[in-house]
Amino acid sequence: MHVESKLERSRTRPEIKQKTRFFEKLLNSKALLNLMYLPTLILFSAFIFFPFIKGIDISLTNWDGYSQEFRRIGLENYKRMLSDPDILNVIKNTFIYGVGSTLLQNIIGLGYAILLNQSIKGKGIVRTIVYLPVIISPLIMGYIWYFFFQYNGGALNDIILLFTDQPANLLADPKLNVWIITFVNTFQYIGVAMIVYLAGLQSISKDYYEAAQLDGASALSQFKNITLPLLAPSITINIVLNLIGGLKLFDVIKAMTDGGPGYASASLSTMMYQIYFARQDAGYAASLGNLMFVIICVVSLTALFYLRKREVQE
Amino acid sequence: MNKTKKRFIALLFIISLFHILPFYLLTTTSFKAVDDVSSKWAFPGYWYIDNFINVWHGANLGQAFFNNIIITVVSVVLTIIIGAFAAYPLARYKSRLNRFMYTLFISVLIVPPLTILVPLYKMFVDVGAMNSYWGIILLHVTFHLPLTIFLYTGFIGTIPRELDEAAMIDGCTRVGLFLRIIMPLLKPVTATVVILIGVGIWNDYQFSVFFLSAPESRTITVSLSSFFGQYTNNIGWVAAGSLTAVLPITIAYLFLQRYFITGLNAGSVKG
Repeated sequence: MHVESKLERSRTRPEIKQKTRFFEKLLNSKALLNLMYLPTLILFSAFIFFPFIKGIDISLTNWDGYSQEFRRIGLENYKRMLSDPDILNVIKNTFIYGVGSTLLQNIIGLGYAILLNQSIKGKGIVRTIVYLPVIISPLIMGYIWYFFFQYNGGALNDIILLFTDQPANLLADPKLNVWIITFVNTFQYIGVAMIVYLAGLQSISKDYYEAAQLDGASALSQFKNITLPLLAPSITINIVLNLIGGLKLFDVIKAMTDGGPGYASASLSTMMYQIYFARQDAGYAASLGNLMFVIICVVSLTALFYLRKREVQE
Repeated sequence: MNKTKKRFIALLFIISLFHILPFYLLTTTSFKAVDDVSSKWAFPGYWYIDNFINVWHGANLGQAFFNNIIITVVSVVLTIIIGAFAAYPLARYKSRLNRFMYTLFISVLIVPPLTILVPLYKMFVDVGAMNSYWGIILLHVTFHLPLTIFLYTGFIGTIPRELDEAAMIDGCTRVGLFLRIIMPLLKPVTATVVILIGVGIWNDYQFSVFFLSAPESRTITVSLSSFFGQYTNNIGWVAAGSLTAVLPITIAYLFLQRYFITGLNAGSVKG
């Protein structure tokens, strides 16, 4: 009995060992570790890569967005863009939102950062206030500024009426409303640029400025020759980030003008929304989406590579 | 010196006034009675709460707040788990395949979600994900993963490899190493990620307006925008609704300001 069981045990043991070793090996293998990014890969395939390809496919049809019947029409939707009377203006608006708010945010943000880099009492409160809009929904930010610019009882018109008796309908003015929206987007995100520049300024050693002062350099030349070059990485980050944010602007436009009057203040994103849901022209909307994708990729990547190259040179 | 300092302080004061202005107008407008036609600049001088009560019921803000909380909490938790899991092999085993995967995941950062709206919308209709929590949650998770993976991969890269080796010598498996040693170390960067993507999901409008259009599934921004469409002339109600929507996150910001600013900027600095 005793001997038998011992024998049996010695027979089964290697099997158990092999099993645990296999399990250990599995837990230790690098292949299994790579499985850890499988959920991400699945999500990206399902919600980004597959729809992206599907979007190209839809843009080659005359699908209306709901019915089962549609035809392949080749590049017709893209040809339609060329003759669309609104599209040039919409692309121009998209660039104003992108480039305009980028310029404003960086200039004002840098100015604020330089101010807050001084040792003054109460600058913490200013930082808190300037940064506050960043955490608020852009849609609600748009509403708040709508109360300011609005035609009937708008806060700005209350001031204008003190001087003339004609209130200004600023949001309906196709020349002005694009810039008003740009201003609101800028107002909302100055805080981000300010904090990035503030961090950049604080990382510049004071020694440079002391040496420059000994050499008798003016404040302006110190700014041009020390501050700006050493801020290059912060400038790159801010510009690329603000460009992407501004080019895809949607919420603020919806809140303030809904792209109107007509398409006067529309960006590519709100125009696409209009054409898809109001005009039920899904094929054309999909091709507009692809156009927007190409524009944002080309502009932001060009800016990124150009600015990175300059960083290295300086 | 003293004179320039005084000028600086005056300048800071003007800047603060300018930046607080919209919030001041929002407050005065939301407390004004419907028949009060006085200027938005003037404080009402009385507390008219009816605007808040009307908008709370009219825009069904109770349900909207509930939806917002569910969607934000579940999306953030899922994004953190999936993101941290993906970041570990990408940070530790830089094979050619993993380098490619990392670049692929991060490059998604530039893709604006709206450009693929049409196919996404069609897909959501086809699989019945419209107006559902799970549909919008999966979308939020997907589009917030690139930044999350980016931040986690960077952070894990700063954890010394010796720690991994010591744990392995003590008999820890690779997977166990991640769960027991690395995960607990990720707390500080997780705080950053929670604020960064939490604010983004809480405030989202551009997805929610398409995929959560049914009244009972609307989030705060969607409820407010459809309410605004109906009552364009009743500015007091819309202002009260906006103030209600903004208040919780503003209070959180005022108390946790340091975390908010470092958190939100971490995304921009490294992105």
